[in-house]
Amino acid sequence: MDLFDNLALGFATAMSWQSLGYAFLGCFVGTLIGVLPGLGPVATIAMLLPLTYQLDSTSALIMLASIYYGAQYGGSTTAILLKLPGESSSAVTVIDGHAMALQGRAGPALSAAAIGSLIAGSFGVLLVACLAVPLTAVAFSFGPPEYFSLMLLGLVGSIALSSDAIDKSLGLMVIGVLLSLVGTDVNSGAVRFSGDVFALRDGIEFTALAMGIFGIAEIAVNLEQQRRGDTGAGTIARVGRMLPTREDARRMMPAIARGTAIGSVLGILPGAGVTIASFAAYTAEKKLSRYSYELGTGAIEGVAGPESANNAAAQTNFISLLTLGIPGSAVMALMLGAMVIQNIQPGPQVITSHPQVFWGLIVSMWIGNLMLVVLNLPLIGVWIRLLSIPYRFLFPAILVFCAVGAYTVRASVFDIYLLAAFGVVGYGLIKLSVSPVPLLLGFVLGPMIESSFRRAMMVSRGDYSVFFTRPLSAALLAGAAVLILAAVGSTWGKQRQIVLAEQG
Amino acid sequence: MADDALAGWPKRRVRNQRDAVVGALYLAVGSGFACYAADYERGTAARMGAGYFPFWLALILMALGAIVLFRSTAPGMQPVALAPWDLRSLAWMTGAVVFFGLVIKPLGLVAAIVILVVAASLASPTFTWRGTLINAAVLSAVNAVAFGLVLGLPLDLWPVWLG
Repeated sequence: MDLFDNLALGFATAMSWQSLGYAFLGCFVGTLIGVLPGLGPVATIAMLLPLTYQLDSTSALIMLASIYYGAQYGGSTTAILLKLPGESSSAVTVIDGHAMALQGRAGPALSAAAIGSLIAGSFGVLLVACLAVPLTAVAFSFGPPEYFSLMLLGLVGSIALSSDAIDKSLGLMVIGVLLSLVGTDVNSGAVRFSGDVFALRDGIEFTALAMGIFGIAEIAVNLEQQRRGDTGAGTIARVGRMLPTREDARRMMPAIARGTAIGSVLGILPGAGVTIASFAAYTAEKKLSRYSYELGTGAIEGVAGPESANNAAAQTNFISLLTLGIPGSAVMALMLGAMVIQNIQPGPQVITSHPQVFWGLIVSMWIGNLMLVVLNLPLIGVWIRLLSIPYRFLFPAILVFCAVGAYTVRASVFDIYLLAAFGVVGYGLIKLSVSPVPLLLGFVLGPMIESSFRRAMMVSRGDYSVFFTRPLSAALLAGAAVLILAAVGSTWGKQRQIVLAEQG
Repeated sequence: MADDALAGWPKRRVRNQRDAVVGALYLAVGSGFACYAADYERGTAARMGAGYFPFWLALILMALGAIVLFRSTAPGMQPVALAPWDLRSLAWMTGAVVFFGLVIKPLGLVAAIVILVVAASLASPTFTWRGTLINAAVLSAVNAVAFGLVLGLPLDLWPVWLG
């Protein structure tokens, strides 16, 4: 069978009313839940997973994939409007997205995210269809040293883009990694850093950490500024126009193209491809965009690039799951669970044993992306209304969703206390003018970094040179080293300038 | 300033107060993790125990903290004072969340949300009872429907001792 036969089979499966219905339902429910502040794709899919148990395997996977896209888009919506990234892959969208929202350009920002996602998603799906089979070879050549070096590059790259001094960001990232190690160590079974708190044996819950640092802390600072009579704090902005202007459209297209390319490539690599993709795309905009000087102050490129990248990566992320049976991310791990429940053993044999599921899913991924735009462009007005709610109603609502969200993920009261504790941490970070994003990234990637580091060292029998003698790993590390040196150089340069100015 | 330039080894004093606090915190957190990790089995590079990775990572954090602290006293550092603190809002918010945690099991979701909304809203400079109670009613209804009924999560909506 060639590609067209395969896609024809896929369309035949995915274009049935039943499949379309589940794709629509999935997108709608996914956006609805994902738009709740603090609830990202992982939490949303985990909560909605039981809804699909009754369905046949094709419908179940189609619906889950749609929920994923919906939740991802919902997460971007809250990132732009409320400065609350639902998950780490939209953390970078906050920077320019929220700045745009404050300038009354929330509509164009949301449109850029939706349009960029559709274009990037369509391209990603096409790539999955064409390359699923040959790409297994590339993924196979990745050993533990390459994984480790890749994640290091991803982290360093995301830090190098921030305007903070490199030593501060690196330190915060290390704290994030250390926090992610709290709980039971999968390799040795030892419980680490739990301080004899039983609930910490399962580790620190990501949702509680993220919502505390971004949600609670933000509210506390905003209220403080309000009390001081500083009106700049409120999230209320002029609504302005909904759709992007011609100028916006012209400017976002190159960013979408770059984001799509970066996301498609990075998403293939298992690991935190989606998050790294959005950060890499932002870095690329900083280096390549003609309007890079506007980034950070509400440039549409800063939304279009990362949002395209994370959606392209979200599609190509499926490759390792569908072809190798390796979940590339937490979301993919949930999809893997769903496939097993449906009696499909993920792996290379899925293409041959369940062709209609495989190609049906691929085509419905595209339909899901289309559905998302059709559904959300008209609803942008509704999401923007969120902005015109007075802050005294909005902040208790955010607080409630954070508290209920933190509690429901694991039905654990302790996670509510963690939420409060990380609220204090986030408040401190804001007051010390340090961006919390590196902490979040270190936390997400920490366990994978440790396990790939351990495995690489075990295979090399304790020889550190393994990271430098394997060409692919060496190249990735060289990239990371260049980024660190560049960042150190710029930190140093700023300091020298001040010295010279003082002396002169 | 001319004195500093002539001295060759400029006088060190904290110029960037925020960075100094950040550096000190990194040092403290790093040494805390390092001491804690020292209790776990270190192992060798080839066969790492639970303590190997976190121990070295904590040392790296301490080193970074030292660099940040050192740099905060560097002559080229722009003088930055600590941001003004007002812990009342933070205390209200975290207090309300902790209280929510205390009451959610015994009182159920609906009552816990009402308490959370009222407690948090009291911190707003533009607080009104009417708006707050309406907000509390709407939010508890939305959450009860979304989490309890639609998603069927194992949550008690009402106080257990009433059911």
